[in-house]
Amino acid sequence: MRLTCPLCGTRDRREFYYSGSEDYLNRPAEGAPIEAWDDMLHLRTNPAGVTKDLWYHETGCGSWLLVTRNTITHAVLATELVAARKGGAA
Amino acid sequence: MRIAGKGLIDRTKPVSFTFDGKSYFGFAGDTLASALMANGVRLVGRSFKYHRPRGILTAGPEEPNAMVEVRDGASQSPNTRATVQEIYDGLAAQSQNRWPSLRYDLLSVNDLAAPFLSAGFYYKTFMWPRAFWEGLYEPLIRRAAGLGRLKPQNETASYEKAFAFCDLLVIGSGPAGLMAALTAARAGADVILAEQDSLMGGRLLSGAGTLGMPWVDATLAELRGLPNVRLMARTTVVGAYDQGTYAALERVGLHVPAAPHLPRECFWRIVAGQAILATGALERPIAFDNNDRPGIMLASAALTYLNRFGVVPGQKITLFANNDHARQAVRQLMAAGVQVVAILDSRADASTVEECPVYLSAAVTDTQGRHGLTQISGTHAGGAFKIDTDCLLMSGGWNPLVNIACHQNARPIWREDIAAFVPQPGMVPGLAAAGSANGAFSTQAALREGADAAIAALTELGRSAAAPDLPQAEDAPYRLQALWALPGKGRAWLDFANDVTVKDVKLAAQEGYTSVEHMKRYTTQGMAPDQGKNSNVSALAVLADATGRGIAETGTTTFRAPFTPVSIGALGAGGQGAGFAPQRYMTSDQASRDRGAPMVEAGLWYRPSYFPKPGETTWRQSCDREVLTVRSTVGVADVSTLGKIDIQGPDAVRFLDFVYTNTFSTLPVGRVRYGLMLREDGFVLDDGTTARLGDTHYLMTTTTAAAGQVMRHLDFVHQAYCPKWQVRFISVTESWAQFAVAGPLAKMLLNALLDQRIDDFPFMTYGEVSVEGVKARLFRISFSGEEGYEIAVPTAYGEALFRDLLAKAETLGGCAYGMEALNVMRIEKGFITHAEIHGRITAFDIGMAKMVASKKDCIGKAASQRPGLIGPEREQLVGLRPITQTEIGAGAHLFNPGDKAERVNDQGYVTSVCWSPVFESYLGLAFLKDGRARYGQRVRLIDHMRKTDVLCEVSDPVFLDPEGAKLRA
Ligand SMILES: [Zn+2]
Repeated sequence: MRLTCPLCGTRDRREFYYSGSEDYLNRPAEGAPIEAWDDMLHLRTNPAGVTKDLWYHETGCGSWLLVTRNTITHAVLATELVAARKGGAA
Repeated sequence: MRIAGKGLIDRTKPVSFTFDGKSYFGFAGDTLASALMANGVRLVGRSFKYHRPRGILTAGPEEPNAMVEVRDGASQSPNTRATVQEIYDGLAAQSQNRWPSLRYDLLSVNDLAAPFLSAGFYYKTFMWPRAFWEGLYEPLIRRAAGLGRLKPQNETASYEKAFAFCDLLVIGSGPAGLMAALTAARAGADVILAEQDSLMGGRLLSGAGTLGMPWVDATLAELRGLPNVRLMARTTVVGAYDQGTYAALERVGLHVPAAPHLPRECFWRIVAGQAILATGALERPIAFDNNDRPGIMLASAALTYLNRFGVVPGQKITLFANNDHARQAVRQLMAAGVQVVAILDSRADASTVEECPVYLSAAVTDTQGRHGLTQISGTHAGGAFKIDTDCLLMSGGWNPLVNIACHQNARPIWREDIAAFVPQPGMVPGLAAAGSANGAFSTQAALREGADAAIAALTELGRSAAAPDLPQAEDAPYRLQALWALPGKGRAWLDFANDVTVKDVKLAAQEGYTSVEHMKRYTTQGMAPDQGKNSNVSALAVLADATGRGIAETGTTTFRAPFTPVSIGALGAGGQGAGFAPQRYMTSDQASRDRGAPMVEAGLWYRPSYFPKPGETTWRQSCDREVLTVRSTVGVADVSTLGKIDIQGPDAVRFLDFVYTNTFSTLPVGRVRYGLMLREDGFVLDDGTTARLGDTHYLMTTTTAAAGQVMRHLDFVHQAYCPKWQVRFISVTESWAQFAVAGPLAKMLLNALLDQRIDDFPFMTYGEVSVEGVKARLFRISFSGEEGYEIAVPTAYGEALFRDLLAKAETLGGCAYGMEALNVMRIEKGFITHAEIHGRITAFDIGMAKMVASKKDCIGKAASQRPGLIGPEREQLVGLRPITQTEIGAGAHLFNPGDKAERVNDQGYVTSVCWSPVFESYLGLAFLKDGRARYGQRVRLIDHMRKTDVLCEVSDPVFLDPEGAKLRA
């Protein structure tokens, strides 16, 4: 498996650390109800099909990537930098 | 028997080898099979279940019978196919699955017991009583089963792994593969041509078709001359994976005498933009009674032995076939002067015009000859026959080698006209089949499909390629009438390697195993080293017949990688012994080893365990001395393995406040603060100190264990939650060598070393100092509870500083101390490590709930305050001391005195223990339910593994100097 790091190009899977669902990006605001934290920390949809998850280019540039993949075909559909993602954090 | 003037072997280079201890000669270019055949050896192995005498069936890697054990040097490779193994001087091969000898094998008694050993025999016989399984049945079965033997010692031979990238991977170098490679290469594409054989050319090397060696040689010469082509012979593509990744196994040193500089095999990962499957087709046997005797082989194999190796498998040859294609083998044998006794054609309407007698509507129904074929019998249009023959060639048609196209679970489709399965387009994205692998059997069709596939592949890659002029080649129609099995009273083999007969498959169907996957498991058909390459299609045809369904409906079993067996040594290349993981060494490594320190692994690092002095015979003696020395004078330890992260920028402090639970915005320049870090789910991630080096410049330290995890965490928090904050950080762990100097004389030692004396340097202070002009960083921190400093210098100066510190420490009565003493002192002081912060504990559990600042948000704050993570039901960090001096160990569990020591009564567990020479007692750190409320009470410490049952007193985890007077001295 290979992922295309927007900074480093197409690199082997061994350079990346897999973290989990993109849900970790949606950090509730301070004072949010505990259910919001439960959603972010624990509740996952486990889709058969297109999924978005987080990968860290650990032995590369240190970028966190948001990767769009298909769990059925294993196709990697898109990769973008977490820091530069559309609608990203402040 | 050799045929003069034939073959691609080098007759000027004789090669000597042994088989079952007997010496033979062959020629360079021979396989073990061709060389044995040239020496008249027909009996090569024994079958798996019935121990039937077996010879050579094929001329390729699909061979099910001629499997031998090859020993070279210290290595021993079982199940080596004699048809693939090239001979070299000194090759020593042994037959398998026989005792005491190949000719007289005692277990061949199984053959007589065959009526009792039918499909499902093991399931039916060894079922009851259940208690007999482990002691009796399993050892019995294991002794009798198994092809080949593994060497019980560790593998010492070397293997390699490698990666390759290309535009086009062509798998197989027959006419389709060569034409595909040539077409793409001329267009400038980066091409890899992989061929399992030692020579390129595929069936053209065997003299099949009319396109001869001159075309093969000219094509290979052109390919070799192109810089964009890599020809990889002896390289079997064994699997197709995602994103155009193919696994391949290259035989590097298996065809030459053991050479220390050569790996045996190299495991390749090849990434290809597009790939062409030009793996050709395998001829299939026909199932008739006793079709497994030595001397019965595939017609195409005989053609290969004749033209490739200049050897013939017999002197009175017969052919039994259901197609026109097979006849070229006997025609060429006759042209070479070999006697062909008869062609037995199963069809009623086939041609009879040949140079030998041809019998139509023929059926071979039995054969004779214990250790080699002597006679065949059956019927043909003229009636019953008996023919004396020492070699029967058979051909039931051809199966395209579709395996690799099926590795991503797509199924091939059945083509009735050629009675075979062929790949469908798109089964593996980016892979297209061409030539025989695609069911196009004539040489001309293979050339055309190869060229077309290459043009299509390049178009996919956005390139163009010119259509080449194709040479004229044989284009004969492939006429065949399906024939799988002939009726008979005896046993007709389908799977030679696993001894599965037509009867077994029929029995499976009769007993309800009508799905092809169930039949496979019930009969073990297709589960031998050849993975059913010779038998799968025939077996499912027999199953289809027995169940009354069509072949297409019956379907195939799953094709799985690897295509041919891959040794574990090749898969794990580079990962053996010291190569298993990277090794990280501190600058003091050699100095520590010089002093006899045993090194222990700490993650990837190697750290000294203790520094033995003359006369000390146990680690405890050294450890106790080191602890007492530090507590009374001074000790030096290398702590460079702690993670160090340099953090800079105007928003650095804001960022620290966000990742640490406690506040850093109040930390002045030149000061150090302990920090606690949580995961977002509220559990403790790591702890450490952070120093403020300058206005917007901080240095964070992490534990050795979590250094990588913390770096990843900081990057995530920054990039995901606050990418616009002006803060940057980088790991500087390996840039600085850092040493702890601890003990009442620590300052005296430093003052003997530093360019400027330090007099007023309070606890939790940072300052820049210099040692012989080298700039250094000094931190007043302590992990031992003593007055402690850590001094850091650029890595290049680490070893010199360590040796210097040690020499000066020794003049003060001090010493170096290792991991054992470090651990004892931190337990005496109640300091935690990852033995305590193991991922399931909260700030509350370790008594640091107050460190989660209420006035600011931080990672993990919200979740850390969830119900269940705070409260008396939590197991809390406590100290333990046995009432009577008995050894205790980590991992033990705690119970209330009087309770039964059962899981339901569990009160907690022990995480760290040591013998404290200061307290002359064992000490432990533990997590105990509502522990902080139970200081002074007693608990039972029970370790079922070590049979320990000790009453302990619960206390504050800080045993030594709870007020911190020594620390701040
Ligand atoms: Zn990168």
